[in-house]
Amino acid sequence: MLNKFPLWKNLLILAVVIFGLTYAAPNFYPADAAVQLSGQSGAMVIDETVLAKVEKSLEEGNIEYFGGVADGESALIRIKDKDMQLRAKEIIQAEMGNDYIVALNLAPTTPEWLSNLGGTPMKLGLDLSGGVHFLLEVDLDKALDVRLVGDLEDIKAALREERIRYRSFKLVGNQIVGQFRDADQASKAKNIVRNTFRDLQPETGPNQNPLTVVFNLSEAATSLLEDNAIKQNLTSLRNRVNELGVSEPLVSRQGKNRIVVELPGVQDTAEAKRIIGKTANLEFRLESQGKGGERFDFRNQSGQGPDAMLESKAVISGENVTDARASFDENGRPQVNITLDSKGGWQMGYATRDNIGRRLGVLFIEYKTKLEKVISDTGELDIVSVPYVERHIISLATIQAQLGKQFRITGLDGQRESSELALLLRAGALAAPMYIVEERTIGPSLGADNIEMGVKSVTVGMALVLIFMVLIYRAFGMAANFALAMNLLLLVAFMSLLGATLTLPGIAGIVLTVGMAVDANVLIFSRIREERRDGASVQTSISAGYDRAFVSILDANITTLIVALILFLIGSGPVQGFAVTLSIGILTSMFTSIVMTRGLVNFVVGGRKIDKLWI
Amino acid sequence: MEPIKVYNFMGIRRYAVVFSAVLLVISSWSLISQGLVLGLDFSGGTQIEVGYDRPADVGELREQLETAGFSNPVVVHFGAETDVLIRLQGEPKQELAQEILTVLQSSGEEIDLRRIDFVGPQIGEELRDQGGLGMLAALFVVMLYVAWRFQFKFSIGAVVALAHDVIITLGIFSLARFEFDLTVLAAILAVVGYSLNDTIVVSDRIRENFRKIRKASPVEVINESLSQTLWRTINTSVTTMLVLLALFFIGGELIHNFAIALMIGVGIGTYSSMYVAATLMLALNVDREDLLEPVEGELVDDLP
Repeated sequence: MLNKFPLWKNLLILAVVIFGLTYAAPNFYPADAAVQLSGQSGAMVIDETVLAKVEKSLEEGNIEYFGGVADGESALIRIKDKDMQLRAKEIIQAEMGNDYIVALNLAPTTPEWLSNLGGTPMKLGLDLSGGVHFLLEVDLDKALDVRLVGDLEDIKAALREERIRYRSFKLVGNQIVGQFRDADQASKAKNIVRNTFRDLQPETGPNQNPLTVVFNLSEAATSLLEDNAIKQNLTSLRNRVNELGVSEPLVSRQGKNRIVVELPGVQDTAEAKRIIGKTANLEFRLESQGKGGERFDFRNQSGQGPDAMLESKAVISGENVTDARASFDENGRPQVNITLDSKGGWQMGYATRDNIGRRLGVLFIEYKTKLEKVISDTGELDIVSVPYVERHIISLATIQAQLGKQFRITGLDGQRESSELALLLRAGALAAPMYIVEERTIGPSLGADNIEMGVKSVTVGMALVLIFMVLIYRAFGMAANFALAMNLLLLVAFMSLLGATLTLPGIAGIVLTVGMAVDANVLIFSRIREERRDGASVQTSISAGYDRAFVSILDANITTLIVALILFLIGSGPVQGFAVTLSIGILTSMFTSIVMTRGLVNFVVGGRKIDKLWI
Repeated sequence: MEPIKVYNFMGIRRYAVVFSAVLLVISSWSLISQGLVLGLDFSGGTQIEVGYDRPADVGELREQLETAGFSNPVVVHFGAETDVLIRLQGEPKQELAQEILTVLQSSGEEIDLRRIDFVGPQIGEELRDQGGLGMLAALFVVMLYVAWRFQFKFSIGAVVALAHDVIITLGIFSLARFEFDLTVLAAILAVVGYSLNDTIVVSDRIRENFRKIRKASPVEVINESLSQTLWRTINTSVTTMLVLLALFFIGGELIHNFAIALMIGVGIGTYSSMYVAATLMLALNVDREDLLEPVEGELVDDLP
């Protein structure tokens, strides 16, 4: 029959409505301010006893809390008064000490049945939640330069050993260039370098001067070097960011040589920058004999070892380590291969020559801050941050032979330990220097304002459109309005479900979608009016109106979708947020404005004898 | 009901050509001679927004910063009397924002730090390239799609209409010295989407009418199509304008320019979908022949 939907279509509409309501619902439960506690290492157990200690400290600090839970790995305590959240964090940090990471958090209050269905509220972008965004650029040229300088020194040494004379050997741009007095020596040198340094490729060309040899770092080696540099910087950044106590930090690579760091909720940018910019350091020190020296803890990932006395003077420090890599020895046991620069190699050789049999310790040095409880002059409890240096031994191994530029540490417990040690050794200095190329800080008040203004403009914009549609299209306008409301609900539901981040431009995208989503209905209704004008019956004009308008709607929406897709591909952060909302909005609006309004119209008008349409 | 009134839209197409040409020339002239006022996203630099408890005196703040050694700080109210935006152009330095904050706080006043933006020069340059590239890519892909779905002449019409809208919207931004930032770029791309939407709906009707009405000149067919879609075009523009007005007045300072760009674009886009695309199709001698479907049962039956 004309204008009657089959049962399955009606059920589909009903299902979509229920789906939309369910998954949009978590956004309407306001989140609680909370503080989250976790351990510095995964081995720490955070259970009820730890929770009780935390709760006691909050009681002492006169902070009202509720709903504390601990699951063994972390604990979450909700704070009643949002303004006390920061204070609560400081009190807990001071009480628990630096072995724990204390982070501000917003705990969702989604009811259990909703979260069981996978329902979560939308994530808020930094412009809505407040926080810091950094974009760091890793100076890969510098990393390449360091590597080539090292290679150059090694080449010179190798040639000296083979008694090959050269006029000069130096770095020109990204090339190692050697000048010779005679061609024979030049070609010999070329062969030696080619055989010993597999990563270096000699440049060959028809116009090659026989007295000059030119080497480039091979493409594979270059990209490996760059990849490692970024990865290492990422790892050290993650470690440092963890120290900041942010509940959901984001540290990820962007493009070839950039790293994004996003810290929601962080207000103190100066502190954040200091921690991100700081470097850990390393010192290689001989174990002291008898008197003198300093005592340090031995600590690595697999646990606590016995402490040891080390000499106060360092043999070399972290800057001299150019590379450290976990591998296996001839017998398949884990080891770490260490490469030093020439200066470090020379100093290491000198220091170990007469000390074979003694132990060499690697000291890991970190610059940290901790919060401490202080009773101020007025007798009030105050929390201050105190900078301090933490040193501990990460490796203590016996010197088997005189060490040089390259040596290895063996006797490790397993592969995990070797890779951990290699990582720490490399972390001594960042693989390549980084600098901040973009920084955006959004204060909490601005974030809250943005949300308020966003919600208000969606509401007002929507209200205006609803009124307009009823004025112009009467009863059909009501159907379109219902579809519009459902469209908004579905849009929110999909964004929540897909884990999309809501940003201010995203809200603008939603507002724009509201304005443009009615277009499909305007098209359909105009068509129905036209059909009526041409003298078609009520039922026929409705059917024809929907059918004829469909092609236009499809073409128009696909082209807009193409534009949104391109916007997504070229854009970054906020623009992408806008593109995502726009695309989802186009798709949901097609469904609501074509299928849903039709369902409503069919339900009311379909199959009845009507002479006049209220359109 | 009476049949729809057909307006002679194409009768004044010469004036439309002159009108568009004048707008395009002025826009291009402005874009070439004085360019756009690039926002921080594209120019690079440092800006900091702070909120005071009471209305702030920007002149006083400027002096305060100048005495502290900052050269030519731009200090303006941002949205409200109590909000102040400070911008420093030139070689950007990361710590600048912190230094400014320290200077402002030295007077002992309660300051609410609302945001800090620091953008390095290389980022701005990349964004500019990406934006331009994206625009060209969008135009090209759209041209292909329209050529495939409709016909080559339609596709030229649609793309020229889009370029027309983008250039004029940018031109007005350049003339009015409005700031061009990332949100405005997004708005311009949304304008492309919107204007395209309009053009496609009109083209769709033109295609339909060319197939349906057999004894009519192209001008008559286009006039009839434009008249039929007139109310739809107006109503959709009105609803979009309504939400944009809401964004403009309530959406806050950060999306002010976004709303302006879209309002200009929607206005121009509505005009261009009626006049630019159709006029161009006529100039290219669009005809019924262009739209005959190759092998379609229905059409074959129609033939005598």
